[in-house]
Amino acid sequence: MSEVVIFFLMAALALGAALGVVLAKNPVHSALLLVTVLVAIAVLFVVQDAQLLAAVQVIVYAGAIVVLFLFVIMLLGVDEQESLSDPVRIQRPAAILLGVIALAEVLFLTGHHWATGAEKARGALDDGSGGNVERVARSLFTEFLWPFEVTAVLLVAAVIGSVVLARRSNRPTTDDVDESSGEKVSAP
Amino acid sequence: MRLLAAGDPLFADGLDFGIVLIVIVKTVVTFALLLVLVLFYIWFMRKVIADMQNRIGPARAGGRFGILQTLADGIKLFFKEQSVPDSADPFVFRLAPYLSIIPAFLAFSIIPIGGEVSMFGHETYLQLADPEIGVLFLLAMSGIGLYGVMLAGWASGSKYPLLGSVRASAQMLSYEAAFGLAVVAVLLHAGTLSTRGIVNAQAWTSWDSFATSWYWTVAVVSFAIFLVAAIAETNHPPFDLVEAEQELVGGFVTEYTGMRFAIFFLAEFMNLITMSAIAVTLFLGGPSGPALGFLPADGTVNVWLMPVFWFFAKLLFLLFCTVWVRASLPRLRYDQLMDLGWKWLIELAFLAVMVTAVVLVGRDEGWNRWVVVPASIAGAVAVLGALRLCMPKRSELVEEEA
Repeated sequence: MSEVVIFFLMAALALGAALGVVLAKNPVHSALLLVTVLVAIAVLFVVQDAQLLAAVQVIVYAGAIVVLFLFVIMLLGVDEQESLSDPVRIQRPAAILLGVIALAEVLFLTGHHWATGAEKARGALDDGSGGNVERVARSLFTEFLWPFEVTAVLLVAAVIGSVVLARRSNRPTTDDVDESSGEKVSAP
Repeated sequence: MRLLAAGDPLFADGLDFGIVLIVIVKTVVTFALLLVLVLFYIWFMRKVIADMQNRIGPARAGGRFGILQTLADGIKLFFKEQSVPDSADPFVFRLAPYLSIIPAFLAFSIIPIGGEVSMFGHETYLQLADPEIGVLFLLAMSGIGLYGVMLAGWASGSKYPLLGSVRASAQMLSYEAAFGLAVVAVLLHAGTLSTRGIVNAQAWTSWDSFATSWYWTVAVVSFAIFLVAAIAETNHPPFDLVEAEQELVGGFVTEYTGMRFAIFFLAEFMNLITMSAIAVTLFLGGPSGPALGFLPADGTVNVWLMPVFWFFAKLLFLLFCTVWVRASLPRLRYDQLMDLGWKWLIELAFLAVMVTAVVLVGRDEGWNRWVVVPASIAGAVAVLGALRLCMPKRSELVEEEA
């Protein structure tokens, strides 16, 4: 009973806040509402016994990713209200069409079995012993060890790549020399 | 559905009115305890620093030791006018203090304050909640607490608070990595995330348990990193660049007045106390300590009182150390802060985790520990040296920028 009540409360909160993310005029308000969505979904995870997932959701998404969004908003000063006129006319109808297709897909899939082949979302949580964290750790470091390690290498490569690219653009090249004065344009 | 407090034996067989009542009592007591701790910590801090600087310190309110000074300050702030600047974002400006204080309180709820006791006929832990995800909950809460600081600076709509909050959030993000990695070494030893499980793994069994059972000896590098990162994470001196008066006026709290300012102040000290309590839990055995031998082992004193006494004794020791640091060290420069966090603490914490993992695998496999431990430490030092050699020197960096 309490599960149902919490589900509807959190689902309503998540949907309302998600609408707010799109409709809010101020990007900082949008980011805050996004955090509300993420936390509401984390609560739903806790109700489903997926405590680890809830913690990771809050730490990674609310604690790191949205903070980075906020950083960008604050440092680049884009917190003025954006103009809503669209240079590419076709974008808006295309977005609506794709949204409708995605919604239909989700509604179609919920009536059928899961794409991963699992019968239900809880899957591995229902069988086996030990706590939530233990079971996730076991499957991560036995069955899925190879994809896990490959993902780690991929992420490291991405980080190093971005550092290399960011530092290269910092070096003064001939393009950066201002023709009129002959002085080097300072790096951004 | 299991609640966040699932580990507690209180919830073993269903809920009834009595259990709900116990939880409510525990919540109120924990909240009051944290508030009183903050009140006395601030008084204690002012008194100790005054002593170290040959001053008298607070001596008026509440007798000749000025013990009620903080309470008087709090009441004064409570009755002051609260203003909202014209250029502020009014809703976020009002919201930010609560985003700061609620996570600070929630993080304290996972601290084991005492042992397992019997309350109104129910067995329960002397701790508000014992979630399975334990320490991760703390990390999640410090992640949410960041929003309070960040949004306070942004919503004030003026320059110094914004600079202060960008500094604060950059600092907290940077040190969160080192902080998390320092915790990992303890988690590897204990094999659980639950704070109760970690404390139980450090139980007092013989007179030398303080060195053999508590984790501060086997994870001494992580302990040191943890203490530095925890002070930096809570923005306390010598890492209080957030409110460097001569550069930023008051940092992100510049535009705040009255009770809203007091809430930020409270949250900051709550975080410091929570971090010290977490250090006690992870590295110093939490409530574990010798019982009084001449009293019965299952009597009220040894079950209720002694674990609580040991917890507070250790907490007081660490809190004294924070005051000591505050009184003795000058504030770091911003580049020193970032160098320390990114170039030293994260590396060292990583290597400490790896050495711990190797030693633990060696123990499970029955390898000779007199070979495994020195070899893994030597390997870690070699990696550290190689990394140092790869890093460009400061003079080269300065040259490149110029």
